[in-house]
Amino acid sequence: MDKSTVKIHITDRSGLSHLIDAPTDMGMNLMEVIRSYELEDEGTVGICGGMSMCASCQCYINSAHDLKIPSQEERLMLSEAFNIQENSRLSCQIFISNDLDGLKLTIAPGE
Amino acid sequence: MVRTDILIIGAGPVGLFTVFEAGLLKMKCHLIDVLPKPGGQCSELYPKKPIYDIPGYPEILADELTNKLLEQSKQFEPGFTLGERAESLNREEDGSFTVITNKGTVHKAPIVVIAGGLGSFEPRKPNIPIIEKFENKGVHYFIQDPEIFRDKKVAIAGGGDSALDWTILLSGIASEVTLIHRSNEFRGALSSVEKVQQLKDAKRVNVKTSAQVVNLMGSEYLESILIDQSNHPQKELEVDHFIPLFGLLPKLGPISNWGLEIEKNAIKVNNSLDYQTNIPGVFAVGDVNIYPGKLKLILCGFHEATVMCQYAFKIINPEKRFLLKYTTVTGVNGFDGSSKSTPKSIVKKIQ
Repeated sequence: MDKSTVKIHITDRSGLSHLIDAPTDMGMNLMEVIRSYELEDEGTVGICGGMSMCASCQCYINSAHDLKIPSQEERLMLSEAFNIQENSRLSCQIFISNDLDGLKLTIAPGE
Repeated sequence: MVRTDILIIGAGPVGLFTVFEAGLLKMKCHLIDVLPKPGGQCSELYPKKPIYDIPGYPEILADELTNKLLEQSKQFEPGFTLGERAESLNREEDGSFTVITNKGTVHKAPIVVIAGGLGSFEPRKPNIPIIEKFENKGVHYFIQDPEIFRDKKVAIAGGGDSALDWTILLSGIASEVTLIHRSNEFRGALSSVEKVQQLKDAKRVNVKTSAQVVNLMGSEYLESILIDQSNHPQKELEVDHFIPLFGLLPKLGPISNWGLEIEKNAIKVNNSLDYQTNIPGVFAVGDVNIYPGKLKLILCGFHEATVMCQYAFKIINPEKRFLLKYTTVTGVNGFDGSSKSTPKSIVKKIQ
């Protein structure tokens, strides 16, 4: 792989883990990466398209990467989401960049 | 019973545009939608978000697009069954279809078009295992008649516009209103947040933040709820009604039991011809369908609806010859008697 991809460890809703390559140069977010690899049923992740308006792309971050803090919109949506944990994030708000190499996350249960 | 030529399930942008295209071919449409107003996702999820990829509109707000589509289809007098979910599809002996909603409204048409988007919007239910026992016995996800809460003790959960709006409205009707939200920040219009603050200061509503409802109690009807608030011991609160308002989530729902071929939560259609499903006479257009190369875009849905209408015409009028017409050439003649056409050019000699 060339340098324009990073490795992401994703555990899906059934508990299976995947090590995938995510491009850093396509303006993609984690939700889109999950959908592009079809890790979950279509229509169950990223329902609002990535506007922080639903929580269907919620994930739990399991590595110590230094992510940008959630925006107010993301925080407010998470405050209404179910199955919330300390490390909950909306994957649509996390954009793929070089600092994400080796990121580990689990997709939160569907609603 | 509602009778029409084309019965459209889903009143989102693609369903609305279908009315126009069908109207040009003199076919009448009726739309069913689970939401109380037309627009689908554009109205429910993101009414105030701009859309940048509608041809000819560099930028248009989602609810503005809905309004323009309604205006465009109005001349073809579509009928609407709103606030009802299409429950069953049956083929009659004469080859036409009967679609019945969850409220029992019967619709009959020779053509059914599913323009259902991501599915019908259903309330997000909080994770309280016993909640289903109390549904309609004190627990409500929608408010249809606020009067049922008169002089009652009501608890509302949620932090968005609908939780705030109903807290404000019910504060003048119910004997006691408690608003419960997991955060202390609310995701609603500033004016609503300020109004609730005023009502709280005036002790007309109770607001519990960093709190959630974790259990419901009662013999047959709801009698009390258990509230878990951070830095407080769990507290039981006597209520007559509990209204969780956590927004809506689309589900494919009853459509998935209609015998249609489903793949990846979407309905398989023949995209090389007419967007028909495996049931002849039933079509699927817009986000709800799938075929090789499918793109879930409003503009692709418009194309699908246009092609589909030509084939629907052939099913309804098997004997009639027809050629695609251009609105610029023939104008648009509405079912309401309206008529639009290109102004006649003026012929005048130059002396």
